[in-house]
Amino acid sequence: MQICRVVGTVVSTQKNKKLEGAKLMLVQPLTLDEKPRGTTLLAIDSVGAGVGDKVLVVIEGKAAGDALGKKAAAVDAAIVGIIDAVDVVA
Amino acid sequence: MQLARVVGEIVSTMKDPNLAGLTMLLLQPLSASGEPAGRTLVALDSVGAGVGENVFFVRGREAAYPFYPAEPPADATIVGIVDHWSIE
Repeated sequence: MQICRVVGTVVSTQKNKKLEGAKLMLVQPLTLDEKPRGTTLLAIDSVGAGVGDKVLVVIEGKAAGDALGKKAAAVDAAIVGIIDAVDVVA
Repeated sequence: MQLARVVGEIVSTMKDPNLAGLTMLLLQPLSASGEPAGRTLVALDSVGAGVGENVFFVRGREAAYPFYPAEPPADATIVGIVDHWSIE
């Protein structure tokens, strides 16, 4: 899973049927010192995340489909947790 | 599978119900020589690993298999703690 910041929302009316009802968010992967890293991506949200939240994003199709509650949905990333704290020890 | 060092822990209260009770650890992948190699990531733990340990982890859909028949939303899971390794 990647640590990301929710930076926006995506609204789409015309989309694949399996994506109906999905809440689409724009997430920015972060480095450990919370700097943006790489390109933003779209992830479906099943935990009630909002813009500004630091979240866990799973990047795997089956897991993302499960989070959406649909089989064989055309999704590849999902927000599965809102991060309270990251304890970096090493 | 890939070698990594456990460098931290993740605390999350509001999360997918299928992640309840599972440990999420921060991993730094390692090269064969033990140097940090590539991006840190968050993985589930299936073996009781802790911070500072060297482990190996699996990526992809197979990351959910150690928890069968549960199916947590996972894309990386620690599946072993490394006692030692050597390269020739």
